[in-house]
Amino acid sequence: MGIAERKIEDANLLKAVAALTPDKIQQVVRSVTKGEAGARLAVYHETCMRCGMCAEACHFSLSHKGDPTYTPVGKMEQTMWRLLRTDGRVTPDEIYNMAQIAFTECNMCKRCVHFCPVGIDTGYIISLVRRICHLLGVVPMYILDTAHSHSATMNQMWVKEDEWIDSLMWQEDEARDEFPKLRIPLDKEGSDVLYSVIAPEPKFRTQLIYQAAAIMNQAGIDWTMPAGPGWDNSDMCMMTGNLEMMGRLKRAHYEMAQRLRVKRIVMGECGHAFRSVYDTGNRWLGFKDWPVPIVHSVEFFWELLTTGKIKIPQKFQKPVTIHDPCNITRGYGLMEKLREVVHMLCENVVEMTPNREHTICCCAGGGVINCGPPFKGTRVAGNKVKADVLAATGVEYVIAPCHNCHGGLEDIISHYKLGMHTKFIGDLIFELMEKPGAE
Amino acid sequence: MQTFYTIAVGPLAWFAWAVFLVGSAWRIFSMASLAKNKEMAAVAYFDTAYGMRSIARWMTPFATLGWQKNPVLTFATFAFHISFILLALFAQGHAILWEYAFGMRVWALPPQVASALTIIATLSCAYFLVRRLSNSTVRFVSTPGDWLALGLATLPFITALLVRQSVGDPLLMTLLHVLSGEAVLVAIPFTRLSHALFVPFTRAYMGSEFGAVRHCPDW
Repeated sequence: MGIAERKIEDANLLKAVAALTPDKIQQVVRSVTKGEAGARLAVYHETCMRCGMCAEACHFSLSHKGDPTYTPVGKMEQTMWRLLRTDGRVTPDEIYNMAQIAFTECNMCKRCVHFCPVGIDTGYIISLVRRICHLLGVVPMYILDTAHSHSATMNQMWVKEDEWIDSLMWQEDEARDEFPKLRIPLDKEGSDVLYSVIAPEPKFRTQLIYQAAAIMNQAGIDWTMPAGPGWDNSDMCMMTGNLEMMGRLKRAHYEMAQRLRVKRIVMGECGHAFRSVYDTGNRWLGFKDWPVPIVHSVEFFWELLTTGKIKIPQKFQKPVTIHDPCNITRGYGLMEKLREVVHMLCENVVEMTPNREHTICCCAGGGVINCGPPFKGTRVAGNKVKADVLAATGVEYVIAPCHNCHGGLEDIISHYKLGMHTKFIGDLIFELMEKPGAE
Repeated sequence: MQTFYTIAVGPLAWFAWAVFLVGSAWRIFSMASLAKNKEMAAVAYFDTAYGMRSIARWMTPFATLGWQKNPVLTFATFAFHISFILLALFAQGHAILWEYAFGMRVWALPPQVASALTIIATLSCAYFLVRRLSNSTVRFVSTPGDWLALGLATLPFITALLVRQSVGDPLLMTLLHVLSGEAVLVAIPFTRLSHALFVPFTRAYMGSEFGAVRHCPDW
């Protein structure tokens, strides 16, 4: 039992801890625990009553019943509480273990908030552990690569500027076969809507840009997509603890929207990017709210459907279930709007239990899926409970308006042989909507 | 013995109350200053209405997911805290002390009710103890500070029971009860018992974040 017995080899974790000394570790730990962090860390450490009620919350502990090392409080105990107790005097090997826990065994989904009478924010504590790991350079290789990409290119996937524009023009070209008047306007100043996506969309889910363009076109929206840096709203730096880069990324995103004088930013179906733009990046930059209004796709689709800009002549007939992504439900309260949208699109909706704000995480978010193949087994074994929840619905389709959720759910669907398929809301709208402009 | 008792309910009691009040004020003030200095990005979202909503919800038994999923602990937690507060303020012996120290006439619990509450609180503490030993998660994360807090919180009830059941020398038992109560007072600002001071703030902060930013219940 314990993290030492389930150590997973990661090229960068191995390399980085080899360069550490106890003095260096202590100096960095203190710079966070006594420097950057403040009252929240102190109060949470002191008032966590070690009651263990959170053990019933976490998909990891629910999937590894009886193993306290997977519980939220157990993870804090093995990481931050230990760092505070020892004043940061721990070995490089312990830092490896802490990094593995913080990056791969907690999705920072905050479900445990619903279980803690005191109001301890485990997700915040784990993000501080990640911050320490980042400052020590101890970050899993795959997610570190995405953070490096952000630093070098301002997007997550090493997409070069011309490749980004090429991808948009390519999708426009493809879509014009179906919708001859369709355009994907680039950098169009004064548009009502700036549509922003995460870098994996041009990289390997390009059809989503096609679909979004078709929906915008058929709904008659005055919209644009950005042509330059800042177009990617995703943020792996927020996940690795590279908060300085998180700030730069969000500044680039907001400033790009301000430069184009758009009325609002509509973000694609992504959860973590929304968290970054809506909740964390703005705070880092000192904005209590946002320099440009931020709208998630679910809200935007709700508007299009309720105002009749998009019409659905025939609903999807097969039974579907709804997965609530934590970042837009627990993080933004879109539980009801998400349901209204799905019910406007689907005839037969079977709710999973638990759902809404009590949703069990996909186990991919929080940067966990971005830690790459070495840790896929951790995610899949750590989310058996969600597989059971999905299986209990008995349906074939799961609607999940979040990229990471798709990745995480598809992995458990495949591993536990659930025979289900995931769908974005955009997939359904594109499939079902009236297309008067199509040939 | 009588002298010890006189000191315990006299100067020592004043000392314990002073440490409790000054210590608590200092802990809350210094923590608030720390929050203001370093964490305005969190403090800025503090919202009284959402904070109170969260506190009210979590003060209602079984009204939150956490309480529902841990029913026995919920029962014991509420039973213990309600008994603790009622007895601390309104036990008959305490009412006499209120009058003795401040000349305040305070309503007192009927002795049978006080006895029942003392037994309930002691049984709740016994449950906390057994759970801390037998629940693998709680055992894994328990530290000496948690045992100290539990021990401190239990002693006044055990000694009260001994006094009421006339076990041992009554004056000695009463003295031990007074001393254990004073130990709790002194310990509140400086041990895990400080949750009594900070939970209203942590709860209200979480309520604010979930209410004002996340538009979502935190229960």
